[in-house]
Amino acid sequence: MDVTNWNNYPVKNAEVVFFDTKGELRKLIDTNEHLIARGLGRCYGDASLSDTIIEMGKYEKALHFDRESGVFECQAGLSLDDILKITVPHGWFLPVTPGTKFITAGGAVASDIHGKNHHVDGSFSNHVLKLDIMLADGTITSCGPEEKADLFRATCGGMGLTGIILGVRFRLKKIETSYITQRQVKASNLDELLGYFEEYKHYTYSVAWIDCLKKGKHFGRSILMLGEHSRNEELPDKLAADPLVVHGDPKLTVPFNLPAFVLNKFSVKSFNALYYGKNLKKIQQGIVHYDPYFYPLDFVHSWNRMYGKKGFVQYQFVLPLSATDGLVRIMRRISEKNMGSFLTVLKVFGPQQSLISFPMEGYTLAMDFAIEDGLFEFLDELDQIVEEYGGRLYLTKDARMNARFFHDSYPHFREFAEIVRKYDPQEKFSSLMSKRLEIRG
Amino acid sequence: MKNILLLGAYSDIGQALARAYAAEGNNVWLAGRKQEKLDDLAADLRIRYDQGVETFLFDAADTDSHESFLEGLPVLPDSVVCIFGYLGEQEQAQSDWEQAHRILMANYVGAVSVLNRVADAFEHRGKGSIVGISSVAGERGRQSNYLYGSAKGGFTLYLQGLRNRLFKKGVHVLTVKPGFVDTRMTEHLQLPGPLTAKPEQVARAVVKAERKKKNTLYVLWMWRWIMLIIKLIPEPVFKRLSL
Repeated sequence: MDVTNWNNYPVKNAEVVFFDTKGELRKLIDTNEHLIARGLGRCYGDASLSDTIIEMGKYEKALHFDRESGVFECQAGLSLDDILKITVPHGWFLPVTPGTKFITAGGAVASDIHGKNHHVDGSFSNHVLKLDIMLADGTITSCGPEEKADLFRATCGGMGLTGIILGVRFRLKKIETSYITQRQVKASNLDELLGYFEEYKHYTYSVAWIDCLKKGKHFGRSILMLGEHSRNEELPDKLAADPLVVHGDPKLTVPFNLPAFVLNKFSVKSFNALYYGKNLKKIQQGIVHYDPYFYPLDFVHSWNRMYGKKGFVQYQFVLPLSATDGLVRIMRRISEKNMGSFLTVLKVFGPQQSLISFPMEGYTLAMDFAIEDGLFEFLDELDQIVEEYGGRLYLTKDARMNARFFHDSYPHFREFAEIVRKYDPQEKFSSLMSKRLEIRG
Repeated sequence: MKNILLLGAYSDIGQALARAYAAEGNNVWLAGRKQEKLDDLAADLRIRYDQGVETFLFDAADTDSHESFLEGLPVLPDSVVCIFGYLGEQEQAQSDWEQAHRILMANYVGAVSVLNRVADAFEHRGKGSIVGISSVAGERGRQSNYLYGSAKGGFTLYLQGLRNRLFKKGVHVLTVKPGFVDTRMTEHLQLPGPLTAKPEQVARAVVKAERKKKNTLYVLWMWRWIMLIIKLIPEPVFKRLSL
């Protein structure tokens, strides 16, 4: 059947297989070639596409939850959505969460996801205590930061190439309430914004929405969104009655693919103007539930259909802190091209020690682009600037970069490839991405 | 709080039912063939709902074991939900008795064997509830799945008879005809979206129908009418169709 991920590009005709015991999975690994695990299909590209796709979504049992210490363990197919429903009522939150809760625990590890708290808490793998992995020979191995550390390091951010992640044990974050005390600061240009990131870096959560299409002296106008988990005494009476209330299910849906012309530079520009204009005051403060705070787009089911049938790509790169010039150059190229996106977000990462994970200390910018003629050539141009400044792209969001750029921009690529070969000498596990990026040479 | 016994608990509908019953504050007893699957599901239910969860090995086709299986339960449950079933391969089953036998055992004989005993015990106690997951396939024989269909049709009639017998004894019987459901059993079929229910949808509907003491439940309302039309087609016409 045809399978595609969140951005509807590329499409792969694949055999999709399921399992619910380890024995069944072993048999699948024995009898198939070119396998890759797939969770909820929220990556933006080809990382979880292959000839045979192992659907993980039904391997989704919670296995252990210590309500005192906040240690949680589950099968890899359990979604963050479900994890929150289980843990929030007991005062525990995800240590790191991306912008959607519709991903699996296994996917969180394979992508080594980051969130708005990266500069404080690092990426997801920093909180993982143990992984259970079924290797290419069908054996099940546990690994962690201390145990079989090479396997652990190559699995976190390793895009599923070391084996099938079966179980994830990790530490949750203690919360008093399920609310976020939010502060939004408007910046009228990029310099001002970067200053604010520095000024407010003690905040646990920070991310900026940025208008990529604005030219002139308001180039880079933006809203910096800061947040802390609300404490009990901060809640108004109305909310204090049920301080650990869990989120609900999505309310709206985009029922079909919208025609491609719906999103164009005029609609994006007007959206951006409205979005920036809605904050009248320089600084706004308030208390919001974690659901709209972390997952504003989850509210609209299937929002990816806004980009039409041809799909879209997301371009997320990181540049070192010293490379503000590079950031400016890339943003200028985008505004010149008028190829902006609804939600362009900028964030400052803290330092990160890992083998193949995306984050590094610096600026990361993420943008969506509807697929149209000339887009891929334009993105190749941006790749050159990213490379020139020593940056790199996020594999989870990538569907098109070339192998050479990947090899050169990830400093530990060779060590990673070596470990993958050690644990999977026959290349049982591969994806369109691993072929495109020539991870096995 | 009731004790709910789920036979075939690890199927997709079984898991969804286990979660739905536990979410309503009941103890759930999970019965199935594979301990690994039962243990995983039990851990999940305990973490999510803080309810009593027990697991029991149970094989619907091994009818000789049913008596000792039921005797091995801590007490007689308040409700028994019979979920197990097997779609099988119609074409293979037409000429391969082993396959046909498996379909009949899993969908009819096994269910009768275990529910006969449950029915007696409930009748004797004067209280209880039996839920059978049957199928719309049991409403009219069609060339594409009449082995599965005839077994489910038999099961539907069995439940109907049971209801007629036990109603006066204070025992309720609910027949469920889910229609298409998005499960592993149907993962290889291309199902029409609007006519296909999610297992969670089936589970919510069953829990509610049992509470309201409904007799027959079609999970999606369209199915009642679709099956009515299919049943109304005269046989001289029907036999010429390829359904």
